[in-house]
Amino acid sequence: MSTINITIDNKTLQVDKGTTILKAAQKAGIHIPTLCYMHLEDLNIEHKPAGCRICVVEVAGRRNLAPACATECTEGMVVNTHSLRVLNARKTVMELILSDHPTDCLICPKSGNCDLQSMAHQLGIRKIHYQGEQSTYREDTSPSIIRDMDKCIMCRRCETMCNEFQTVGVLSAVNRGFMAVVAPAFEQNLDHSPCTYCGQCVAVCPTGALTEVDHTNQLIRTLADPAKTVIVQTAPAVRAALGEEFGLPAGTLVTGKLVAALRRLGFHYVFDTDWAADLTIMEEGTELLDRLTRYLNGDKSVTLPILTSCCPAWVKFFEHQFPDLIDIPSSARSPQQMFGSVAKTYFAQMLGIDRKNLVVVSIMPCLAKKYECTRPEFAVDGNPDVDFSISTRELANLIKQSNIDFLSLPDEDFDNPMGESTGAGVIFGTTGGVIEAAVRTAYELYTKKPLPRIDFHELRGLDGIRQATIDFDGLKLNIGIAHGLGNARKLLEDIRAGKSNFHAIEIMACPGGCIGGGGQPLHHGNSTIIKARHKAIYLEDSNKPIRKSHENPYIQKVYQEFLGKPMSEKAHHLLHTIYFDRSKKSFVVTQE
Amino acid sequence: MANYKMHILVCGGTGCKTSESDMIAHNLRSSLQQHGLADDVQVVMSGCFGFCEKGPIVKVLPDNTFYVSVKPSDAATIIEEHIIKGRPVQHLLYNDPATGEKISESRKMDFYQQQYRIALRNCGFIDPENIDEAIARDAYQALGKVLTQMKPQEVIDIIKRSGLRGRGGAGFPTGLKWEIASKVPGEEKYVVCNADEGDPGAFMDRSILEGDPHSVLEAMAICGYCIGASQGLIYIRAEYPLAIERLKIAIRQAREYGLLGNNIMGTGFNFDITLRYGAGAFVCGEETALIHSMEGHRGEPTFKPPFPAEKGYKGKPTNVNNVETFANVPAIILNGAEWFAAIGTEKSKGTKVFALAGKINNVGLIEVPMGTKLRTVINDIGGGIKNNKKFKAVQIGGPSGGFLTEKHLDTPIDYDSLTEAGSMMGSGGMIVMDESDCMVAMAKFYLDFTVEESCGKCAPCRIGNKRLDELLEKITEGKATEEDLSLLRNLGQVIKDTSLCMLGGSSPNPVLSTLEHFYDEYLAHVRDHRCPAGQCKALVHYIIDPEQCVGCTACARACPVNAISGERKKPHVIDQLICIKCGTCVEKCKFNAVLVQ
Amino acid sequence: MTKVKTLDDLVRLRDELRQKLEIREKGDRSEQLIQVKVAMATCGIASGAKQVMDYFIEELPKRNISAVVTQTGCMGYCYAEPTVEITLPGKEPVVFGHVNKDKADEIIEKYLKAGELVDGIIPQTFKKPS
Repeated sequence: MSTINITIDNKTLQVDKGTTILKAAQKAGIHIPTLCYMHLEDLNIEHKPAGCRICVVEVAGRRNLAPACATECTEGMVVNTHSLRVLNARKTVMELILSDHPTDCLICPKSGNCDLQSMAHQLGIRKIHYQGEQSTYREDTSPSIIRDMDKCIMCRRCETMCNEFQTVGVLSAVNRGFMAVVAPAFEQNLDHSPCTYCGQCVAVCPTGALTEVDHTNQLIRTLADPAKTVIVQTAPAVRAALGEEFGLPAGTLVTGKLVAALRRLGFHYVFDTDWAADLTIMEEGTELLDRLTRYLNGDKSVTLPILTSCCPAWVKFFEHQFPDLIDIPSSARSPQQMFGSVAKTYFAQMLGIDRKNLVVVSIMPCLAKKYECTRPEFAVDGNPDVDFSISTRELANLIKQSNIDFLSLPDEDFDNPMGESTGAGVIFGTTGGVIEAAVRTAYELYTKKPLPRIDFHELRGLDGIRQATIDFDGLKLNIGIAHGLGNARKLLEDIRAGKSNFHAIEIMACPGGCIGGGGQPLHHGNSTIIKARHKAIYLEDSNKPIRKSHENPYIQKVYQEFLGKPMSEKAHHLLHTIYFDRSKKSFVVTQE
Repeated sequence: MANYKMHILVCGGTGCKTSESDMIAHNLRSSLQQHGLADDVQVVMSGCFGFCEKGPIVKVLPDNTFYVSVKPSDAATIIEEHIIKGRPVQHLLYNDPATGEKISESRKMDFYQQQYRIALRNCGFIDPENIDEAIARDAYQALGKVLTQMKPQEVIDIIKRSGLRGRGGAGFPTGLKWEIASKVPGEEKYVVCNADEGDPGAFMDRSILEGDPHSVLEAMAICGYCIGASQGLIYIRAEYPLAIERLKIAIRQAREYGLLGNNIMGTGFNFDITLRYGAGAFVCGEETALIHSMEGHRGEPTFKPPFPAEKGYKGKPTNVNNVETFANVPAIILNGAEWFAAIGTEKSKGTKVFALAGKINNVGLIEVPMGTKLRTVINDIGGGIKNNKKFKAVQIGGPSGGFLTEKHLDTPIDYDSLTEAGSMMGSGGMIVMDESDCMVAMAKFYLDFTVEESCGKCAPCRIGNKRLDELLEKITEGKATEEDLSLLRNLGQVIKDTSLCMLGGSSPNPVLSTLEHFYDEYLAHVRDHRCPAGQCKALVHYIIDPEQCVGCTACARACPVNAISGERKKPHVIDQLICIKCGTCVEKCKFNAVLVQ
Repeated sequence: MTKVKTLDDLVRLRDELRQKLEIREKGDRSEQLIQVKVAMATCGIASGAKQVMDYFIEELPKRNISAVVTQTGCMGYCYAEPTVEITLPGKEPVVFGHVNKDKADEIIEKYLKAGELVDGIIPQTFKKPS
């Protein structure tokens, strides 16, 4: 690759051909401010629409200012990033953006966490000289996500996540000019669209335009209700990220403090979704072996690969986009829902209370989980298995609201019987983890031999699509892994075309899996944060005394006392589900 | 087959069709039928003659009589008087406003005398729906010559030597553009014709497509040969139904002759053309936005590079040229680069088509050699300002062109001189304003358009133009301060400096150029709360001069809100609280008694 | 419609089709052409002006003379119908009376081809070139 000599703010440097001014400046220690630009380097997502024009710089010999994020360096280029002309233009553009933005920062859910707010501060905006009409749009509330387009600055990051990364294709700019707005097709609300509620739009939104539906007030009220027994389950990815909200470095595990905080919030029992993850492995692993054995025995009614079904965004994705393949995913419910249905039967019986008086709350890194709670098939007589779900971010806020000094909390342990988990349950929190957990169990169940090793490094990593072959004592099991629905789409299209030779595929909708979920602390475009959480999850796994789901004593107990054995009729009733064709055609029919 | 002794051409451009030129042709034919002359005289619907001010136009040949403002009821007279008796119909002849004489031949009219038609060479001459007439005028000869006798690079060299520059606005050298596209490797390439003419009041491209579609089809094929493309696409706005219809007919006829399709003229060269319709968004004239629109995406521009030549339609190398640019190409091939380069100025070669509009006597479509002085266009071809008013400004280059004034009238029309003077060639709109036009209101008029047409992608264009517009609104309402004027100037410059594409990059031009040339007028609005041209409604009052008013009651009867009262034969009064400043009273008053202050 | 298979085909096609537009082409440059105006008022038509006009239209191309043949109204020489006014490029118009086919033939051969005047000029309008 050839190199190019350029001068930025009087510093000369050499950069590779194809380097943008922004990247070259970073190399020279000059940080040009950006707003719409986003580069999730480890996930290979670069969003540079050159739309906000905050990053404009002066390039000698050019008539207009150039956006640093999108302009490539050329030989001999002389760039000034803070001339009077540049600073004036940058401030003026910032004032324009602010002039079309509500100034209700004090009560905005994004306050303190807003890229626009920090940019206004960074640029020293003290007065908005240009005032005028503000664009407004109706608020749209769905089970998971709120769209308040009055706060949209048209950075279009959400579109890149929705269309290019996830290939869901719900969000797109509509209308022109000042009236332009990001919206689903025909300006429908999100709940009338194929939105999967993955929340990646929320995760990258620089302002308060896209936020989660906030359930903290509902939780506060519930905890204050003396008639209710309130129990909580917390997903694996939460413990690897919550600390960030309290100033801890990314990747700090805060499991013990998390438990302590939940207890102080007033939950009667603090349980772990990881326990339900172990339960999921029992069901899903058994289903895999069942399908595999029948397939190998020539049963033509069985199709492979089997696909994981833990991720509600992924489930909704294939229901909309691949309704012809809804027989392929495992029928196992997600850990959140397995937890809920077991809690409201097994645990309610144990406590001797009616399910209506037992409130199950989940702490999730995810916004789609909020939607999953509301799916009618996960309720009995209108009483949901999981009453509601709150995100990692909401939990952090609630801890702060409740005057709990998180950092000085002692480490505490989960309650039993639904709090004990294995390392296999923990790794559900990141891409590759579910299938690794399944392999650990399925191997031993299939071969009836102990695993020669417990770490399957070939299944780990952050590449969008990965594949590995695991030797099950002679049986070569082909495994595929995808995170990001765009990557999942590629694997599904191969299946549809009959070109897939996988036996099992794990899919998670979010980048990095649940650790990069839409409900996690905001990464503000820094993808090393996701990498750090990824590492933390495997650290937690390796610290666990038990690392295979089927060895979890409380899992063995629930089968003995309540469920019978995996895939039993009772297990089927409580732990499995069915899927629905939500493609446009069927959608229209149900509308009529 | 009929052996016609005479031809009657009836303008079939959109403008004249709106004035029932179809009916004129129909009546001419039936009158000929009645007189048994159907086989002697051929009636042809042609493309636009350009002299739209006086449309519908009917031309009788071979004696070259040019009739103006013809009505369907005049058809029988034309046949009975002119065709049968050989007497030109006097009342339909053009009346030279300078001499008062009737002029029967178009080439003797000022409007046509200074024109030089290359792009419009066949408009108003042939029947655009009949490929035979185009072929008789050398259509596809250039393509044949290129395919049989020349290498692609030789053709590109001719275009480069001719000095042809893009007629869509930016003026990029066409030959160079082709050369770049030809050198990008790729099996699959595209030639795109940008027929998304979006400037208000501009109809150059539409007229070419309506009057001579084959010139564009032929040039696209030549371009395809040069860059190695076998597919052409014409992106045309759906609001141009007649142009679309004629293109469809032209493409069909060219395919029937084998002039489009596979193995053209036995040379092994394949080229075919399909149409793509735009929904009429101004921004889709920008080539990246145009390509996104053709791909079915939102029509909004993306950052260049990559240029379409590298990554265009469907990600393939694509060459985009505008209609008028293409229309010049066959003439250049047949007549030679030197012929073309001899017309025009040093850096702007050939001719340019303009849509002449506004407060000018001869509104219409004109083609003049580059370098023609603005004064010639406005005073000679345009016939000067309407109603003997004073010239104030001319706005060139579409909604984002700058305003030029009296002192610029000797500016030669070419890319560089116009840019230097603070305007731009643009696609060729030319709108003339007189002393009664308020420059602030005019700037606002154009800005309203760009605000409406901004795609909304980049912040300065989306929000900045809106704020500019609001500032202008404030000024026209007399609510602005002098500080607002400096905000206006700063904002205009920042929008120009920071916008993503040239829509925003040029949209403040009307504001900035009027600020420069008519600052006093802005000051009058701001300081004195006065609109010197009397156009800004919030700043003017209609009053009746009691000295002049004779009490005829005409104004009072016409007033839509009954704001005028007064006894018969006594001076009337306007109630300022009721008056909506519609101006009806001014129009109705025969005694100039209504004053606008 | 026959396909254009070669450039020669196209050139041939164009040359054929050109005739159809000749009338229009001539109109565009009528000053450089011989103009033949046949008086076609009632008196003229009654005396056979139409046949004379057709004769000019048919004969001129055959004899390779490029001319514009049009009709005009009554020239006021009803006694001398059919009358034909001929203008050679750059010259004053000349009116011939009592033109029949034979006369027309003579006019073509002598006046149009060689500029020689022939009998039958209506003197009032004839100004001898000085």
